Amino acid sequence: MRGKLSTYLVVGPFAILLAFPFYWMLVTMFKDDLDLYNVENVPYVYNPLQWRFWESATTKHVEYVFEETPYVDWIVNTAIVGAVVVAITLLFALPAGYALARLSGSWGQSAGVAIFLVYLVPPTLLFLPLSPVIARLGLHDSLLALILVYPSFTIPFSTWLLMGFFKTIPQELEDAALVDGCSRLRALVRIVFPISLPGILTVVIFAFSLCVNEFIYAFTFISSSESRTLSTGVPNELIRGDVFFWQSLMAATLIPSIVLALLYNAFLDRFIKGFTGGAFR
Amino acid sequence: MEAEAAARWRPGLRRWRRVLESRRFLAPALIAPAVIFMALVVGVPFGWAVYLSLTDSIGGSLTGNWVGFDNFTNAWSDDNFRRALRNTLLFTFASQALVLVGAAILAHYLIRDFRGKWFLRFLIILPWAAPVALSTLGWLWVFDSLFSVINWTLGHAFGVIDTNDPPQWLGRPNLALLAIIVVHAWRILPFAVVIFIAGLASIPSEVDDAAKIDGATGVKKLLYVTLPLQLPIALVALLFGIVFTAADFTVVYILTQGGPFNSTQMLTTWSFQIGINSGSLGEGAAISLYLFPLLAAVSVAMLFFARKAQVS
Repeated sequence: MRGKLSTYLVVGPFAILLAFPFYWMLVTMFKDDLDLYNVENVPYVYNPLQWRFWESATTKHVEYVFEETPYVDWIVNTAIVGAVVVAITLLFALPAGYALARLSGSWGQSAGVAIFLVYLVPPTLLFLPLSPVIARLGLHDSLLALILVYPSFTIPFSTWLLMGFFKTIPQELEDAALVDGCSRLRALVRIVFPISLPGILTVVIFAFSLCVNEFIYAFTFISSSESRTLSTGVPNELIRGDVFFWQSLMAATLIPSIVLALLYNAFLDRFIKGFTGGAFR
Repeated sequence: MEAEAAARWRPGLRRWRRVLESRRFLAPALIAPAVIFMALVVGVPFGWAVYLSLTDSIGGSLTGNWVGFDNFTNAWSDDNFRRALRNTLLFTFASQALVLVGAAILAHYLIRDFRGKWFLRFLIILPWAAPVALSTLGWLWVFDSLFSVINWTLGHAFGVIDTNDPPQWLGRPNLALLAIIVVHAWRILPFAVVIFIAGLASIPSEVDDAAKIDGATGVKKLLYVTLPLQLPIALVALLFGIVFTAADFTVVYILTQGGPFNSTQMLTTWSFQIGINSGSLGEGAAISLYLFPLLAAVSVAMLFFARKAQVS
């Protein structure tokens, strides 16, 4: 009992501290201008304060984001880029992750770590030489630029995670298939991939979210308003000069954050399994 | 005719199959596409960045005249660059110190089962799951010069600051540095917690039993059993944190754009300023390459710990 109480006493304050900016976004996005920009008002609630608190709030700023700005375009662009990049990533990372987990023996481990180290080469080091290349290829302002470049960080990351997942699948299952006259590739497609589906799904979620997160490539390669993705569209297009539409900005910020956090939370245990299944055990 | 062709084709196919079956061929064949792709989109641009840093290349061009190490020495002699370098180290190490302490405490409790865990965990991983550019916008609003919720709480609710002259969190160099450190620590903490939980979960239960038999409980157990076993994974979390913070561009760009008066620039934002905004591609590349020693050190450490973890 005492152990339980101390858990809440430690975890509770941390949770409040970490989630506070999101609570602040939530309160802000439904505020009326008169309420928001009055320093005499208590900022944590809707003023005038009443039991039916929603009567002091408004949804007009949230509607503004969806109806008057290219926000929906950015969501669509982000989804397109994310989906195509994830597909490309799986195409490269599934075989590589499997081979590193199974087929390559002693140097497999080192090769796995080496591939992972590529993930540590940051976009902030590569965007300068890449930006004239993108311009030469005529891909400036095109989502294709992002689709071409994003796998540079999703492939190493996903290969690493998949390697971890494949290691947790017993070798005997494939051996049985091989004895039954299945070819190794067929065993891979028919047996290994279906069993690994939860792991693969985890990789899909996290690789997709890496794409949603990316900022500097999207910022340097894309400059027209309609072609932007979420992470560059919201900060660059919803702020006009020094005018901040805070309610709309916070709505645009909170919605994707909640969706991603729900996905993360659902797949967290599997992520941990894949991550530690790699090499750092 | 057709049967003949098929017969001629079959042995070839069989041989092809046999080649596919052999481990020596199959493994490289499966790994090669990923490696080649990464060499093209990471290796080549990286090499190009090194080349550009040794030329006087300007915006939009892929080549320039060879200038040796001039870009590196020019950058070094600029006060803004040195401040950017210092800030990069400050942001990285200060935020990661906060992260390690927080993650060690939180992971210790989060590994247990308790009612409401799902929801609390959801709140805790929010900063990690949210796209950085967007969550930093939330902080921009938290630190707003006129309507900062922090200043309202300190001023109107507690009366500890002057409401007529509240602290300008992003307008004063020292406060802005602090704000950036806090935001970095905030967004990396959940990730570190997850890595720590992974580390704790991998400690076999026999260790627990052995500790119990030897009479190690509470603080003693934490100090002599749990922490040493957690050390390798803590270092992994730290190394990730270092890379994610030192190589980050978004947080500083959104919060301060390097201001006020370039006091919060870091290597990444300064290289963007010089390389893209001022168009000196060569010098921008040189500035970003100053990050490389740090990243290389981290990578070597990673390899070391990976091997060590494998042995034990």
